Amino acid sequence: MAYHCVVLAKQVPDTQRITGQVMNDDGTVNRSALPAIFNPEDLNALELALQIKDRFGGRVTVVTMGLPGATRILRDSLYRGADDAILVTDRRCAASDTLATSYILSRAVKKLEADIVLCGRQAIDGDTAQVGPQLAEKLDLTQITYVEALEELEDRQITVRRNIGNGWQQVKTSLPVLLTVTGEANAPRVAAAKQLMKQKKARTRLEVAQEIQEINPDAVEAEREELTASRCATLESQDLLIKHWDLDDLEADLTWCGRNGSPTKVHRIQSVVLAAKESKDVEPTEEGITDMIHELIQDKIIA
Amino acid sequence: MGNFYKDNDDIRFLFRHIDQGQLASMIEEGFRFAEEFDYAPANAEEAVQNYDLVLDALGELSADFIAPRAEDVDREGNTLNEDGSVTRAKGMTEALEKLAQAEVMGFTLPHRFGGLNFPNLMYSMATEMISRADASLMNVFGLQGIAETIDAFASEEIKQEYLPPFAAGKVTGAMVLTEPDAGSDLQVIKLKAFQDDKGNWFLNGVKRFITNGCGDVLLVLSRSEPDRAGGLGLSLFVCEPGPTVHIRRLEDKLGIHGSPTCEIFFDNTPCKLIGERKRGLAPYVATLMNGARIGIAAQSMGIAEAAYRIARDYAASREQFGVAIEKLPAVRDMLIDMKIALEAGRALLYDTSRVVDLAVGYNRQVESNPPEDKAELKALKNKARAYKRYAGLLTPMSKYFCSEMCNAVAYDAIQVLGGSGYMRDYASERHARDARITTIYEGTSQLQVVAAVRGVCSGTAEKYLADLVALQYAPEVKDLLETLAEGRELLRGAIEFTKERGNDYMDLYGRALTDIAMDLIMGYLLCGQASSKVQMDVAVAPGANKDNGETIPMTQRKAMIARRFVEKNAPKIKALTDLIRQGDKSTFSDYDALVGPVQEA
Repeated sequence: MAYHCVVLAKQVPDTQRITGQVMNDDGTVNRSALPAIFNPEDLNALELALQIKDRFGGRVTVVTMGLPGATRILRDSLYRGADDAILVTDRRCAASDTLATSYILSRAVKKLEADIVLCGRQAIDGDTAQVGPQLAEKLDLTQITYVEALEELEDRQITVRRNIGNGWQQVKTSLPVLLTVTGEANAPRVAAAKQLMKQKKARTRLEVAQEIQEINPDAVEAEREELTASRCATLESQDLLIKHWDLDDLEADLTWCGRNGSPTKVHRIQSVVLAAKESKDVEPTEEGITDMIHELIQDKIIA
Repeated sequence: MGNFYKDNDDIRFLFRHIDQGQLASMIEEGFRFAEEFDYAPANAEEAVQNYDLVLDALGELSADFIAPRAEDVDREGNTLNEDGSVTRAKGMTEALEKLAQAEVMGFTLPHRFGGLNFPNLMYSMATEMISRADASLMNVFGLQGIAETIDAFASEEIKQEYLPPFAAGKVTGAMVLTEPDAGSDLQVIKLKAFQDDKGNWFLNGVKRFITNGCGDVLLVLSRSEPDRAGGLGLSLFVCEPGPTVHIRRLEDKLGIHGSPTCEIFFDNTPCKLIGERKRGLAPYVATLMNGARIGIAAQSMGIAEAAYRIARDYAASREQFGVAIEKLPAVRDMLIDMKIALEAGRALLYDTSRVVDLAVGYNRQVESNPPEDKAELKALKNKARAYKRYAGLLTPMSKYFCSEMCNAVAYDAIQVLGGSGYMRDYASERHARDARITTIYEGTSQLQVVAAVRGVCSGTAEKYLADLVALQYAPEVKDLLETLAEGRELLRGAIEFTKERGNDYMDLYGRALTDIAMDLIMGYLLCGQASSKVQMDVAVAPGANKDNGETIPMTQRKAMIARRFVEKNAPKIKALTDLIRQGDKSTFSDYDALVGPVQEA
């Protein structure tokens, strides 16, 4: 029995590699100062999907919503063994919060007829863990969060183990289903050599247009469009054209997208700067310990 | 997120310094495969890009997945079960699965069998990275020569049966050569191969010390001609495990615990003949072993790199007498010597791999696509012959130098760590244990010297050195080239002196002669790197004169390395030639008296 797995992935700033220039003065993240990476737990979701494909057959489609640059993680997905990749990008998606994002993504997933939708548990930039569950609600799918292992998959019945913090829980349900996958679920595979060799040429139409523009900066627009179209046709015939959907393709209701569709309002951003040194020596004496406890109480760290 | 490719300046530098495009054009046969295989490169630039991408992925896998499992693999080892099956360490099984997914188990196999068709040079780089992560995993990853041997010599039918599963990483193999009484001397192999009246072949007998003998594809060297003693009575067969293949024992070893070393009893095992009868040892196994020797040299590089890095980090953080121990001249010297030995070994190994690629490539052109013009054909044949000879010289040199170097580096790494290095808290002790086999298997250092010294004395080394002399060098290394030229003159004199005294004398001083030739070759290679066109800046350690984050051009750094290497070796070369020219033969005349009799128990 083969299954169609749809994986939702996000390109995120690598918040695990913080350097000096990362914070703007107002306390927001300077995204350009951080390398953009594949959200780690989305890689675990992709790996689980690929394992399902390895064992049971079927297909894996990866969808990302983001700036055109997010195509990089789509190519990365193809390198690792995904069959199809789709970029959802549109200026009108800008400033979407988790509600708008999950709405837009739900429009995309609806077009794909998935048996199993897989998301990473959460992204390392926002750390909300909201998009997966919201998406399940919008798609009216059964959701199982915090998945750390696939136990069984047979006759469209899936059994998984989910982490519940102080232990685990075994859950069985029927497909279709949406899973959010944790970092403990598996160790993601690396790129496969032959896929790298082939898919390194995979491009979205946007990327092709930009490359044509760079090569022929003086050409008139019509000429560039023609070149782009012909290059895209070649790529498509080689199965190397990464699909690109905008909000029109998704027939999305614009009142639910972008700033309009995002009720989240940032009330205040606080930039917490630690002035003191990070460590402090405490003498292992009665006096030293008493002083430390006193200080912790004063700082309201312990009551 | 680590990456053993990206974090290694020297590998990345050499990747660009060596002309990959030339190798790619040759191995891709004018890029004619691109039409048939959507992943095959269409031009040299794309091929080199492919090499880079795949090494990058493998570097990530080595650092993030394989290396963290190496300690457990070493502790866990392999288990021989009651039913004769072998269970690998968990980390080993997981790593093999990941390597299969990474599609790198057919690294050098042709596209048509699902391989990557990469040059040997890339395979050496990959093997080095894998070995740095876990030396014992190399004994499976690095056994791709088995598939290459099948590709080179077996019938199309056998190729179709065995090679695609190899490339897909579904099977692993073993070179089943050694027997209890046939180690270095494979000519005395006894294991019987016989035919039934229908012409089917069977194997009967015992093999010992078989790396990955529990693998799925066994290449077995055996005596198919019972009346014929010596190497000409041997043929090569392929068989699979089954009820007639019994793993009787797993060796309990000093190191490379993740690699199962098996004793196998073949109880009339059905098998298939590879190629022709009587050609088993030469040329089939000889070719197989040459590839394997380069593999061990690469494994040695990986172990040495891993050992060095721990020592280097430790020396910076460990404080004694109020300073980091790297400030102490004795420690500092050890670290520099280790690092230079590593880069010298890498220079030799990578150039050897390049030469092997050219030897294979020219030979393939002669055989499959010879030029019609007679003069051109002759020139091509000469090239093929010359590079084959160079490969025959450089392969044992690389195996000998890199494996000895790896032991020295692993030994000194423990020395830098002191007591901590002796404990199991650090991987240094594992590196030292893993290193120890490298000078032994696939031909001991002594046998590598026997093979190499013939090339040194026959003029092959001189020709290869002449090729190196003819390259373009930067003015910064001009004086070093003069020192090297003096060394070549000394070597010439020593060779002449040796030849007058015959083969026994050559073997007696084989190591000295080989050492001189290798030092000269590596000296030129390092000068070549110092003269490289590649522009690349590398970080220097922050210290008294340097700020954190400061960089220098790699060529400048390589010039420093070349200088230290050439200048420190010059007096050594002088001393070795003096030694050779003393004409001392007491090894022959005084042995009995010097070592005394074997004591009765």
